[in-house]
Amino acid sequence: MASPDMTTDTDVLRTVDGTPLKTALAIASRRARIRAFMLVLPLLIFILLTFAVPIGQMLSRSFTDDKFSSNMVELGKWFDDNANAAPDEAAYTALAADLVTASNERTAGSVGTRINYELPGTRSLFTSAARKADKLEAPFKEAIIALDKDWARADLWAAMRSASAAATTNFYQAALDRQIGADGNFEAAPENTQIYVKLFVRTFVISIVITLLCLMLGFPIAHLLAVLPMRYASLLMILVLLPFWTSLLVRTTSWMVILQSQGVINDVLVALRIVGEDGRLAMMYNQTGTIIAMTHILLPFMILPLYSVMKTIPPSYARAARSLGATSWTTFRRIYLPQTVSGIGAGGILCFILAVGYYITPALVGGADGTLISNQIAFHMQKSLNWSLAAALAAMLLAAVLILYWAYDRIIGIDNMKLG
Amino acid sequence: MALPIYADTAERIWYYSYRVICALIFVFLIAPILIIMPLSFNAEAYFTFSREMLTFDPAGYSMRWYDNLLTFGMQAPDALRDGGWWADVWANSKWLQAAKNSIIVGFFATIVATVLGTIAAMGLSRPEMPYRKLIMAILISPMIVPIIITATGLFFFYSDIGLSGTYFGLVMAHATLGIPFVIITVTATMMGFDRSLIRAAQNMGAGPVTTFFKVQLPLITPGVVSGALFAFVTSFDEVVVVLFIGSHEQQTIPRQMWNGIREQISPSILAVATILVIFSICLLTVVELLRRRSERLRGVTPS
Repeated sequence: MASPDMTTDTDVLRTVDGTPLKTALAIASRRARIRAFMLVLPLLIFILLTFAVPIGQMLSRSFTDDKFSSNMVELGKWFDDNANAAPDEAAYTALAADLVTASNERTAGSVGTRINYELPGTRSLFTSAARKADKLEAPFKEAIIALDKDWARADLWAAMRSASAAATTNFYQAALDRQIGADGNFEAAPENTQIYVKLFVRTFVISIVITLLCLMLGFPIAHLLAVLPMRYASLLMILVLLPFWTSLLVRTTSWMVILQSQGVINDVLVALRIVGEDGRLAMMYNQTGTIIAMTHILLPFMILPLYSVMKTIPPSYARAARSLGATSWTTFRRIYLPQTVSGIGAGGILCFILAVGYYITPALVGGADGTLISNQIAFHMQKSLNWSLAAALAAMLLAAVLILYWAYDRIIGIDNMKLG
Repeated sequence: MALPIYADTAERIWYYSYRVICALIFVFLIAPILIIMPLSFNAEAYFTFSREMLTFDPAGYSMRWYDNLLTFGMQAPDALRDGGWWADVWANSKWLQAAKNSIIVGFFATIVATVLGTIAAMGLSRPEMPYRKLIMAILISPMIVPIIITATGLFFFYSDIGLSGTYFGLVMAHATLGIPFVIITVTATMMGFDRSLIRAAQNMGAGPVTTFFKVQLPLITPGVVSGALFAFVTSFDEVVVVLFIGSHEQQTIPRQMWNGIREQISPSILAVATILVIFSICLLTVVELLRRRSERLRGVTPS
């Protein structure tokens, strides 16, 4: 054996060309690592470009909105120079100058929209003032307040002050149901306009209900598939995999056909005289519809991980427990169930992650109280066009999903994910 | 799982009721998919079984909704069904245009996802791969991140760089969504791959390229093909990204269905759904055959 002591040159094992073996090995394994990494690199760059960068860019939008700050330059300067000051004549002069510019460049609408995010109902204030901006004369304070006395509101000035910087956390405040109060500070929005926190809570509650339902329905199926002889199990497995491979929209459509008030279930109930013609159950366009359809859609994601864990549990353990005098219930509770925990964790977290961010099914069968946070993001993207608020809501949803994803990796390991 | 002879009465009752419960859950899983098939042949514009259908009266059944799939969007749907009529179908039928778009986008997205995904999976399955878990987590994240977030991000990004409404942008987006499935299936196949076969090939003088095509690829082909099928299905079933970044002309089958469901839900949707179910049965059969082949190749025999 060569001595590990590197100071004596002669003892060191060397390759043919004279490099010490240890160095040569380090170089070789470093090359191997680089080679492996090079194989992954193209895909990594691809994913960064088509996935990570777009999402990062979208998230940065949740902190910025320059619709006000880029168009109201004079007022921005006044806010910079006079921190915490009440609006004086100079402020109104700056406002009048900006309104004239906004009127000429036709940007009053977007300026008003920006303030309208903070104080609903103030958009028209800007558009109508901009139309009359040319005729304003000094003293501007009286002239502008004469147009509309709302221009003297403290909360309006507070909103303009906070919008005068492009970078803002206001959209996160809005996403947490907080708004600018009369004193210019953030406060909880009135009870009847609080929607987002409730929506987040509802999304989580519905997702938990769906996950538990999937577990209740998936556990017996996975167990049956795991203990049946292979030839029966693989036949029954097709019944699990067929929904998994069927288009999402097809499955949602079939639930609409089944659940709607003129649909199959209601017709059967009416024909059997369980409910009357006018007592048809409302199972769609509400939470019930969302929960039923999503449970069906996510069930395979529960069954497959459970099945792959249960298949590895040797049946002899349960037989040993029985032979030692345990009842069948004790055997299940103390012997079988603990061995399936990793499968329950894998299936449960996977179902929950997918449920929390679900969009298509709630949008189609959810109605008013069955929609989730994703639908609200889509609403702000497509209808209200408050993109920064959509981005803030998306960021909060993404944070929740990533925490769950991290937990999944810690508990189960991403490389153990299996499909079919 | 035969009932053991020492089972008492309660256990016997539970044994059979357990079977019944499982049967009911299987019905829950499969019934919604099967129920739309007969309904798509409904002669009336209803979404429920008419009296004629229940009594198996031929008058209650018709192919009119399938016919509607061809005629919807045509210029002269009532013309004589000759060559010109079929040319009209090919050029103008909305569902056929959607099918063409779906197949084109799905095909190219699958190629991109499968090629990049397979190469990356080869790297990821090597024991010397650095930061393996982290990179794997990043590559699988398109499957985990809610689709609405991805779509929103792509909407802004593509408008900035001018890719909105292009087929190229759509293909790239769908490839991204399909990649996690390729990675998962191909790495799972690689796990069962005996790496000493590579060393044996190299030992006999094969270069890395020869080793890949002659030794590795034939053994992992079943995994690669099922990954590709997963990627294709993902693209073929994708609606949210298309809604956000697709132009008006880029109607795909899911988008057309989405519009159909939201606006006027007509039984034509059920006809499309039936065709798609038959399509997925075919895909499932292929994947199942591939899985068995892969198990045979790896020397695992079903018990």
